[in-house]
Amino acid sequence: MSTKSLRTAYGETLVELGRTDERIVVLEADLGKSTMSILFQQAFPDRFFEMGIAEQNMASTAAGLALTGKIPFMSTFAVFASGRAYDQLRQTISIARLNVKICGSSSGLSDFGDGSTHQAIEDVAIMRAIPNMTVLVPVDAVETRKMVAAMVEWPGPVYLRINRNDLPIYTADDASYRIGRLHPVRDGRDVVVFANGVMVSKAIAAADALAREGVSVKVVNVSTVKPLDRDAVLADAKGCKAVVTAEEHSIIGGLGSAIAEALRGNTGQPIEFVGIDDCFGTSAHGYDELLAHYRLTPEAIADAARSVLRLPAGSSSGVRQLPRAANS
Amino acid sequence: MVAQELVRSLEEKALRLRELIVDDLIGTEKVGHLGGSCSSAEIVAALYFHKMKHDPASPHAPDRDRFLLSKGHAALVQYAALALAGYFSTSELKTVKSLGSILQGHPDMTKTPGVEANTGSLGQGLSIANGMALGLKLDHSSRKVYVILGDGELNEGQIWEAAMAAARFKLDNVVAILDRNRLQATGPIADRFDIGPVAPKWAAFGWHVIEIDGHDVAAVVEALDEADAVKGQPTIIVANTVKGKGVSFAENNPAFHNGAMTAEQYAVAMKDLQGLRH
Repeated sequence: MSTKSLRTAYGETLVELGRTDERIVVLEADLGKSTMSILFQQAFPDRFFEMGIAEQNMASTAAGLALTGKIPFMSTFAVFASGRAYDQLRQTISIARLNVKICGSSSGLSDFGDGSTHQAIEDVAIMRAIPNMTVLVPVDAVETRKMVAAMVEWPGPVYLRINRNDLPIYTADDASYRIGRLHPVRDGRDVVVFANGVMVSKAIAAADALAREGVSVKVVNVSTVKPLDRDAVLADAKGCKAVVTAEEHSIIGGLGSAIAEALRGNTGQPIEFVGIDDCFGTSAHGYDELLAHYRLTPEAIADAARSVLRLPAGSSSGVRQLPRAANS
Repeated sequence: MVAQELVRSLEEKALRLRELIVDDLIGTEKVGHLGGSCSSAEIVAALYFHKMKHDPASPHAPDRDRFLLSKGHAALVQYAALALAGYFSTSELKTVKSLGSILQGHPDMTKTPGVEANTGSLGQGLSIANGMALGLKLDHSSRKVYVILGDGELNEGQIWEAAMAAARFKLDNVVAILDRNRLQATGPIADRFDIGPVAPKWAAFGWHVIEIDGHDVAAVVEALDEADAVKGQPTIIVANTVKGKGVSFAENNPAFHNGAMTAEQYAVAMKDLQGLRH
């Protein structure tokens, strides 16, 4: 399966849109070569603002630009966008629903070498908790392009969570896209897996494995975490016996929480969460190595599915304890 | 030389702002930020009733100067000015902070006509001003952004990030006015978090610095005019002020950073302000 860079898609799409829409301006905090906002800087130097290593000032400056009718995209690593600039995003931008677009790049564990300080495992929870904030997690480069274009048309603040590594393509070039829509990737009857980002590919692999055991798995790409289409979640869960969520994020406050909130009181289906179990990240030499360390794997998703379906555990279960004590 | 007629007119406006703060916005029923609102009165009067181009009938007109109250807790003085300018009726002032009021505890652009941004989480207004100034320059507008900072607010690191950025981007359309009343919420800055000489810091950051008596309206007007002539760098007017200015018991009194008045104090305050009328 071919893979592509989501962050290159981000930068290239900004350039494409910037050609015809002069309202688009881009702010960066000295990470433009990583977030790929550098592409916009090269194309439109007058509408690119290098704000230095000062994320708080960048966010409030973006607010001021939005207040003069511009559509500012501010990019930095997800951990800094959601953490360092949190108060600025909340106070000025979100309360007044200002038209600021926030790119949280190198999200999750995808900046595998840099360790816990640079790995955003709680950014979706933080952003999702802010009223008026929209939260998007693209599955691939094609969806990233469609999202960036949709963000320009979508009023108000949007948080776009972008993986650092190239990911497999699941989105068709000609598929229509709308913020808020759930995207079924695989149909199935027994269990539905709501996943996003890199975990969609892991869910597909899990579905393949379970199919060999006679278990039919539906996989849904929930690339809009907020506003979450509750009716669509209920419709996708309906008819399945159980629900699993899979995210490259803490199980506290992220996609799993959002799905559980959507399902509350309606289905009575058992639900299991695949995600990071309330601990920080750590350095590793490779992305897949790190994902495996935190059990963000097809095996973990398959085990979760067997668990909620009350089937015997698979041969892969118990390969590794969750690293709960990693930071203690 | 500022015309005497203008000076007298702005002094009258500043006095009227204080009356609205004491009588309508706080009175004897409410708690309010009397001190920091009164220390800004002359600055706010000079901006709204002389310097700024703005139209209460068209608050979003593109060709307007912008006003930001980074020290958002002094919202009362801005509310008084907006009402007096005609953005809304002065009868709204008594509803401040009531459930459903257009006048919130801190400036809220979604509720109050004439408010340009939500401020009050300290340290953010100068950055917002910079963003507006960058946007205005992209649009080839010659309008300015005026932002009032508190001196306690200078504790916030983001202020200095914004100070660097305004100089870096040569934002000569940003004019910051520091309401230097020397008190922060819990007492004198000198005893709390003294950051030493203020004006040299801004100069070192690349700003054009003007230091004035912030209650001398002629000096305020002259400083604002001087800022017009500055090219290629931002201007800060360090306005030395007295917290609670005009209300005898509140002057330099940290209790009235955000306080309530007894009936007796209210009567004294009204009498103090009456005494300032010529």
